[in-house]
Amino acid sequence: MKTQTTLSKGEPEGGASDPIMRIRELGHSYGERQVLKGLDFEVGRGEMMCIVGPSGVGKTTLLECLTGLRRPSEGEVLFAGERIEAPPRGLAIVFQDYSRSLMPWLSVLDNVVLPLRSAGLGKAEREKTALEALAEVGLSDFTGHYPWQLSGGMQQRVAIARALAYRPSVVVMDEPFASVDAQTRADLEDLLLRVREHLGITVLLVTHDIDEAVYLSDRVLALGGKPAGIRSLLTVDLPASREQVSTKALPRFAELRSQVYRLIRNV
Amino acid sequence: MSRTLRVVTAVARELWLPVLLIAAWWWFSAGSTSLYWPPLADITDRFVDLWFFEHLVDDALPSVIRLVSGFGIGFAVAVLLGLLLGSVPALEDATRPLVEFMRALPSVALLPIMMLLLGTGDDMKVVTIAFVSTWPILLNTVEGVRSVDPVLHRVAAGYRLSTWHRIRYLIVPAAMPQVFAGARVALSMSVVAMVLTEMLGSPGGLGYFVLDSQRTFDIVAMWTGLIVLGLIGYAANKAFGLVEARVLAWHRGFTKQKEDQR
Repeated sequence: MKTQTTLSKGEPEGGASDPIMRIRELGHSYGERQVLKGLDFEVGRGEMMCIVGPSGVGKTTLLECLTGLRRPSEGEVLFAGERIEAPPRGLAIVFQDYSRSLMPWLSVLDNVVLPLRSAGLGKAEREKTALEALAEVGLSDFTGHYPWQLSGGMQQRVAIARALAYRPSVVVMDEPFASVDAQTRADLEDLLLRVREHLGITVLLVTHDIDEAVYLSDRVLALGGKPAGIRSLLTVDLPASREQVSTKALPRFAELRSQVYRLIRNV
Repeated sequence: MSRTLRVVTAVARELWLPVLLIAAWWWFSAGSTSLYWPPLADITDRFVDLWFFEHLVDDALPSVIRLVSGFGIGFAVAVLLGLLLGSVPALEDATRPLVEFMRALPSVALLPIMMLLLGTGDDMKVVTIAFVSTWPILLNTVEGVRSVDPVLHRVAAGYRLSTWHRIRYLIVPAAMPQVFAGARVALSMSVVAMVLTEMLGSPGGLGYFVLDSQRTFDIVAMWTGLIVLGLIGYAANKAFGLVEARVLAWHRGFTKQKEDQR
C-alpha cells in the first residue's frame, strides 16, 4: 500500500499529476538564521494539501513564500508555470486572525466585494459574485452586518467567502481554524470540504493540528527539523467523502495520524 | 420609552445646568447699575435688536464663512499631507521637527507676519485659521496612517488591491478615528484664530464687533457679541460631533465590542 514516501529532493514522489504549483529548492533565511531549506514539491490541480508542523517550525514563512508575500532567499515558486514575484491573481489567501484580516469599517458584503473592485469587475458583477460566495458559506442573511458584529466562526466564513468570490484556482489558508472553538472548527472543516468539492478549487492549508491535517487532506506535507525541510509527503488513503465521526473512527485514520505525529516529532 | 420622550430627556440632561445658571444670572444682575455688569434683561433686549438680523448678516455670517473655509482648507491640506508623510517614513522623520515646531507656534505670534504678507483682509484671516488647524490634524493623520494593522496591509497585497483602493478602503478609513481626534482640537483652535484675526485685521466679524463695542463703551453690545461667539462655538462642536458620529459609526461599535470581549 502506497502511503508514505520519505523524500529526498527531486524524487518524483514529491510530484503531482497536472501540478498548479511547483516549489523548487525553496529555502529562506532571516539574516544568519535559516528557517527553511530545500523544499521541493508540487501541488496538483484540485488537490487538498495540508502543511503540518509544530509551532515555530516556519509554517508561516513557508506560506508567505508560497503566496508571493515574501521573496524566498533560495529557490523559486511557480504558479501555473510562472515564477511568483508577488501574489498572483489566481491565488487567494485566508489569514489566521480573522478579527484582524477583515476591514472593520466595511460591511460583510463590502469586505467580500473589495478585492473584486481592484480586479476590475463591474458593480453588478461584483455584487452578484460576492453574494454567491456568501451564500456558499451560509451568510446570506448577514451581508449588511459589520464583521465585528458576528461570532468568530462567522467572521472566518466571511474571510473564506472573500477568498471564494475572488475566483481563485488556489486558496492558501494559514491556520484558518486555530482561533475558534472545537465545534465551530469541525463545522468550518466540513464547510471547507464541501465548498472545495463544489467549486473544484485547490486548497493549501497550513496547520499545527495533525488530526485536522489528516481529516482534510488528499496529501499531508509534514515539516520538521531546523532548518525545516520536508519530513514526508503522505498520501491520505481514506475514503474521499469524509465525516467528522466515522472518518476519525477508522483504524486507518489512527494509523495515519500517529505516522504524521512520529514524523514531526522525529520519534 | 418613546422616541420623543428620549429626545426630551437627552435635551434636559444637557441643558438643566445652563438654564439654571442663566436664571441665576438674570436674578442677580437685575437692577444692577454697574457699567460692566449690565442686567441680563438689557443684554437680551439689545441682543434681539442687534442680531436680528443686521449684525447676524454683516458680522456673524462672514465670521462663520471664514471659520468653515479656513478649517476646511486646513483639514484637506493636513489629511493629504498626512497620508503622504504617513506612507513615506523617511519623509516623515525628516519633517517631524518642523511640524512639531509649527504646531507649537501660538496663533497670536503668527499674526504680525501674516498681516505683513497677506494684508488685513479675508485672505489673511482664512489663511491663519487654515494654518493653525493644519498641524494637529496633520500629526494625528500621520499617526493614524502608521497604525494600520500590518495584517490588513498583507490582505491588501495578497488580494492585489490597487494603490487607489488601498488608500480609499484601507488607509483612509483606518486613520479616520485619529484624524477626527486631531480635527476636534483643531476646531477649537480655529475659533480662537477667527476671533483673533478679526480683532486685529480689517473691520468686520464677531471678533471686531466685540472689541469695537468694548472700545466704544457699549458694554451691553459687547456682552451680546460674546454670547453669539459662545453659541457659534457650541454649534460648531455639535455639527462636528454629528459628522463624526456618522463617519465613525463603525468605530464606536467596534471599540465597544472589543471592550466587551475583555
